Amino acid sequence: MASITLNNLGKVYPGGTRAVGDVNIDIADGEFIVLVGPSGCGKSTLLRMVAGLENITDGEVRIGERVVNQVEPADRDIAMVFQNYALYPHMSVRQNLAYGLKNRRTPKAEIDRRVNEAAEILQIGQFLDRKPRALSGGQRQRVAMGRAIVREPAAFLFDEPLSNLDAKLRVAMRLEIKELQKRLRTTSLYVTHDQLEAMTLADRLVVLNGGKVEQIGTPLEVYRRPASAFVAGFIGSPAMNLIDARAVPHLPGTAHAGTIGIRPEDLTVTPDGPILMDVLAVEELGAQRLVHGQTGGEKLTITLPSDSELADTLRLGFDRASLHLFHRETGVRID
Amino acid sequence: MKRTIFNNQLLPWLLLAPQLAITFIFFLWPAGQAIKQSFLREDAFGINSSFVGLANFRALLDSPEYMNSLQVTAVFAVLVTALSMGLSLLLAVAVDRMIRSTRLYTTLLVWPYAVAPAVAGILWWFIFNPTIGVMPYVLNVIGYDWNHISSKTDAMILVVVASAWKQISYNFLFFVAGLQAVPASLREAAAIDGAGPVRRFFDITFPLLSPTTFFLLVVNIVYAMFDTFGVIDATTEGGPAQATNIMVYKVYFDGFVGQNIGSSAAQSVVLMLLVVTLTVIQFRWVEKKVEY
Ligand SMILES: Nc1ncnc2c1ncn2[C@@H]1O[C@H](COP(=O)(O)OP(=O)(O)OP(=O)(O)O)[C@@H](O)[C@H]1O
Ligand SMILES: [Mg+2]
Repeated sequence: MASITLNNLGKVYPGGTRAVGDVNIDIADGEFIVLVGPSGCGKSTLLRMVAGLENITDGEVRIGERVVNQVEPADRDIAMVFQNYALYPHMSVRQNLAYGLKNRRTPKAEIDRRVNEAAEILQIGQFLDRKPRALSGGQRQRVAMGRAIVREPAAFLFDEPLSNLDAKLRVAMRLEIKELQKRLRTTSLYVTHDQLEAMTLADRLVVLNGGKVEQIGTPLEVYRRPASAFVAGFIGSPAMNLIDARAVPHLPGTAHAGTIGIRPEDLTVTPDGPILMDVLAVEELGAQRLVHGQTGGEKLTITLPSDSELADTLRLGFDRASLHLFHRETGVRID
Repeated sequence: MKRTIFNNQLLPWLLLAPQLAITFIFFLWPAGQAIKQSFLREDAFGINSSFVGLANFRALLDSPEYMNSLQVTAVFAVLVTALSMGLSLLLAVAVDRMIRSTRLYTTLLVWPYAVAPAVAGILWWFIFNPTIGVMPYVLNVIGYDWNHISSKTDAMILVVVASAWKQISYNFLFFVAGLQAVPASLREAAAIDGAGPVRRFFDITFPLLSPTTFFLLVVNIVYAMFDTFGVIDATTEGGPAQATNIMVYKVYFDGFVGQNIGSSAAQSVVLMLLVVTLTVIQFRWVEKKVEY
C-alpha cells in the first residue's frame, strides 16, 4: 500500500495535443479517488501516466516516496483493470490470474494460494479452467478484478471497468468494487465518465475538464459547493439549472453574477414565487416527475412529486441559500 | 426483395460459360490428361500408348532419383519456409513497434513480391555468379570459396535464398496485419504483469498470431514445393548432381526434356495429391486446431 502524489503533471502527445496540464493530486494511502469528466478530458491519459504506459511530459508521479517517472510499469507495484478487461484469450482463467505472479517468480504454492483466495472472494472458482471467451461479460470483469487483486499491489488503477456491462450489472459490480476496496484498503484511482458511478464510489472526486482539474473534494462537497459552472452542470442528475443572470434580472442578490445555478430539486412551486416557468415537457419517473420548461428564454428543469398539480405555467420559488453563483467569463464560483 | 428470374434456362449457362471454359481448358483438362497419362506408357515416337496400370508409380518408388528428389524437396521446403517466415516475422515485429512509418516501409517490401520468380532467379543467379557475381567476391574476401555450380550446399543455399526472398514481402504483410490485430491493451496488461518485451512476444503476441502463422506455413510450403519452378530453372536447373532437383522441376525435366511422359504424369499426379492434402489441412485446421 502506498500514497500517490501527482505534481504539476502534464502530457502533450507527439502530435501536439495537450491532453493533461498542471494536475496536482495527493492521494492518501488506502484512499479511493475517482477521476471523472466528459469524454476526451484526459482521464485515461492521466491514469496511464500513473501506470507507466504513457510517458510523462511535465511534472512527476510519486508512488509512496519514490518518483516513478522513469520506472517501468512492472516495477511500479500497481495493477490495472482495463475497460475491455484485456484478459489473455489463449490462457485459462487460472493462468490469467497467475501470470503476473509467475513473472515475478512467486513460489508455486504461494501462487495457488493467492489465486484460490482471489477466486473465492470474486466467486469465480468454478470458472478457473475456462478460457475467457467462455465467460459472460460480468464474469470476465471479475476475472479482470481478480488479476489485479492476486498481485496484492500498492495501488489499483481502473479505466472505466464497468462501462461494458449492462445497467443492472453495473450497479451491482459498483457496489462490489466499493466493498472490496474497503476490505483490502488498497489505494485506488478509478476513471469514469459516469457521474453517478463517481459519486457512489469515491472517497474523493477529481473533476477534470479539458485536461485540467476543476475541483477535488468528497462527493457531497462537490455536489453541495461545485467550484465552477462546469462542475455544477456535470455532477448531479438531473443536471443543475444554469441560467444567464440577465434572463432573471429581478432575482435579489444576483446582480454581480454571470450565471445562476439552482438544482431542480431546490425549486418548489409556490403561488408567489419570483420565477414564472412555461412548461414544455414532463417526464414521469414513477416516484417523481421531471418538468422541463423555460423562463426568459433560458431552459429550466424541476423535480416534483408525482402527485403534484400541473399547469401550463408554474410559479417557482427557492431558498436563497440554495443558489450557486458563477462568474460570467471564467465560470468560477463567486460567494 | 426483388429477385431476377431467368426464364431462359440457357442464359445462366451462357453467362457462366467463359469462366467454365477457362477452368476446363487450363485446369481440368490438363489435370485429366495427366491422370490418364500416368496409367499409360508411350513408345519412343509418341504414336502408340498402352495401359500399364500402376507401373509408372511403382517405377517412381523404385527410382533412387525420385527418392532423392523427395528428400531434396522436403529439405528445400523446410528451409525456404523457415527462412522466409522467420525473416518476415522479424521485420513485421520491428515495423509494428514504429508503426507510423509502416506505410512507406510496407510499400517498399511489396516490391520483391511483384518481381516474377524467373526474374528473381536470374537476379540471384547474377548476384551469386561464381565469375561475375558480387556475393562470391564478398564471400571470397571473408574466406569462403563460393561455387554453386559444383557445390551441392552452395547450390541449395542459392535456390533457398532466391525462393525465400520473393516470399518475404507476402509473409510480412500478413504478419503486420496479424500483429496489428493483437490489442495493445493485452501487451500493456502483460507489461504491468511484469513481462519484458521478449516474454511479451512469446507469451502473448506469438500465440495470438498463430492463425496467421499457420496459414502462412501452409502457403509457404505450397509455394516452395510448387511455385519455385522459375527460380530453379533460372539458377541451377536442378543441379549439381540432382542436388536441387525438386519434384516440380523434375516433372518438367522428365516430361519435356527427357520425354518420359508416363513417369512425368505420374509425378504430377503425386504433386496434385500433395496440393489437395495441404489444402484440406489448411481448411480443416485453420478453424479447428489453431484456436485460443
Ligand atoms: N495516442 C494519442 N495521440 C494523440 N492524442 C491522443 C492520444 N490519446 C489520446 N489523445 C488525445 O488526448 C485527449 C485525452 O484523451 P483521453 O483518452 O485521455 O480522454 P478520456 O478522458 O479518457 O476520454 P474517454 O472518456 O472518451 O475515454 C483527447 O483529446 C485525445 O484525442
Ligand atoms: Mg478513456
